[in-house]
Amino acid sequence: MSAAVQAPVAVTDRERRRRTRKRNLRRHWQLYLLLVLPVAYFVVFQYIPMANNVIAFKDYNVVDGIWGSPWAGFDHFERFFANPVALDLIRNTLMLSLYGFLAGFPIPIILALALNEVRARFFKRTVQMVTYAPHFISTVIVVSMLILIFSPRIGFMSDALGFFGMDSNLLADPDAFRSVYVWSDIWQTAGYSAIIYMAALAGIDPSLYEAARLDGASRLRKIWHVDLPGIAPTVVVVMVLSVGSVMAIGFEKAFLLQNPLNLSTSEIIATYTYKMGLLNADFSLATAVGLFNSVINLVLLLLVNTVSKRVTGNGLW
Amino acid sequence: MTLKTATPLALDTTPGGERRKPVRRRSTQVQDTPVDRIFMVGVYILLSTFLLIVLVPLINIVASSFSSPAAVSGGRVFLWPVDFTLIGYQAVLTSDAILTGFGNSVFYAVVGTIVSVTLTVMIAYPLSRSELVGRKVLIGGVLFTMLFSGGLIPTYMVVRSLGLLDTRWALILPTAIAAWQVLIAMTFFRSSIPGELYEAAQLDGASDLRFLWSVVLPLSKPLLAVIALMYGIGQWNSYFSALIYLRSEELYPLQLVLRNILIVNNTGGTNLADQMAAEQMADLMKFSLIVVSTVPVLLVYPFVARHFTKGVMLGSVKG
Repeated sequence: MSAAVQAPVAVTDRERRRRTRKRNLRRHWQLYLLLVLPVAYFVVFQYIPMANNVIAFKDYNVVDGIWGSPWAGFDHFERFFANPVALDLIRNTLMLSLYGFLAGFPIPIILALALNEVRARFFKRTVQMVTYAPHFISTVIVVSMLILIFSPRIGFMSDALGFFGMDSNLLADPDAFRSVYVWSDIWQTAGYSAIIYMAALAGIDPSLYEAARLDGASRLRKIWHVDLPGIAPTVVVVMVLSVGSVMAIGFEKAFLLQNPLNLSTSEIIATYTYKMGLLNADFSLATAVGLFNSVINLVLLLLVNTVSKRVTGNGLW
Repeated sequence: MTLKTATPLALDTTPGGERRKPVRRRSTQVQDTPVDRIFMVGVYILLSTFLLIVLVPLINIVASSFSSPAAVSGGRVFLWPVDFTLIGYQAVLTSDAILTGFGNSVFYAVVGTIVSVTLTVMIAYPLSRSELVGRKVLIGGVLFTMLFSGGLIPTYMVVRSLGLLDTRWALILPTAIAAWQVLIAMTFFRSSIPGELYEAAQLDGASDLRFLWSVVLPLSKPLLAVIALMYGIGQWNSYFSALIYLRSEELYPLQLVLRNILIVNNTGGTNLADQMAAEQMADLMKFSLIVVSTVPVLLVYPFVARHFTKGVMLGSVKG
């Protein structure tokens, strides 16, 4: 009683908030009902796996289960880094994604700027329709196409390479693996990736073009002074996302492009995790490697985002 | 996490949207100088080159698929079929493994899409309502999964402990909701459903579910189309879940069957007596197989390209 007298305002405030919340729950219970299944999904298939990462620090065995298995500290991480293969994996992963970023990042921007200059609607539309299409082709099919097209026996590309005096069996060549991977990726996604810049270009204030015209600006100057500044925020966001995910390069394509001959460059962290975990059943080691990868990735993303916000004022959030 | 930019819906970047007039024509055409004209020639050459680079491999595959086994094996096909024939397609369409895979993929794509779209709406709609208690925490929880994920083995262990290994559900449930799509849907609901509608519905005594079903969903058809297509094509094109979760070949989706035939080079038992002919036929079949398995996606592509473009735009809104 005396407590209530001493702090009447606080109590009624809290009380009122509790009551509003209760009324809110009663009135909108259906919204909360809707959430039950999706939240269960996120818990079961996203957050429990995150918790399962604990086996990276344990000697996991099936009998004792995730929580019963004995602790191992950083043994599995040490085991991974003691293996000379670890450095190769990290290098392969980084090289592949950095190459992919350096080659693949500017091309959609150039495409979008070029398409934006074109006034012939039919030509513009044709280029767009055709170059978006490969985005919808599956990885399995793209890799199969590569294998067929570069096949020394039947592929037309190996004839072309032979004509220029290059090694005609690119897919068996470890030195060519990264180029094959990156340029086929560009073939598949450059057109589609240009969409986001096209949209940014379409959103530029027309009065800026009017002003440029009055100033007698050439097309190049207009691109430099109006288009590029106009899409800069979009460019930064895409850049942060891609730099932030350099270690997150996907399993699917690298795995399909792998063969015994190109393993020295094509084995990346993701494919190694798969082989250690599911083929060798070394769950703890594979989890440790995967966790190492995810953490580096998260740190990189946060770092790049912070730097970008400092420097350009633009970031993901 | 507030929205920083409005959604730029650029109608003139959308292929297939020719019926509509562009929102604003650039009356601000810059006067072309001779230098500009040279520049434009460069632009056209650049774009035409890119167009050809994308087209030539595709045409080569299609042309090869209609050629004779000997011409394909001899590497004699470039952009036009040599010794036109349909036997490649005949062989593909009579292969049991491929037909089973095709059927399975249709099943995974249809059921997976229904499950995914339903769950995505079920989470995105409540999260789009500011009355929801704990909204920020939940949104943070969804977005965090875009930054950090459990990883291969930890997820595999969950699927195994639920007894989903080697069942059809293993391809549908673990990837049922994509955080990205939730973000797109949430943004759409917040920006495209006017608050007045909700107030009016409340006056009429409509419940939240009733409002969602009778007002929000009918107004959200473009959004539903976008996310359904993204989930559907994603499901049709993926092989990874099948590779790690499935053992029984009769459950394999088409992409995994394709991988085994096209990449691992496991052509299965051919009963053709002539080894040479069998090899040539196997070569041809690969080309036909690529066309057959890509056609469903490319058939819907022109109709969906416009929606997809919008989806990319919606996704470009920073959350």
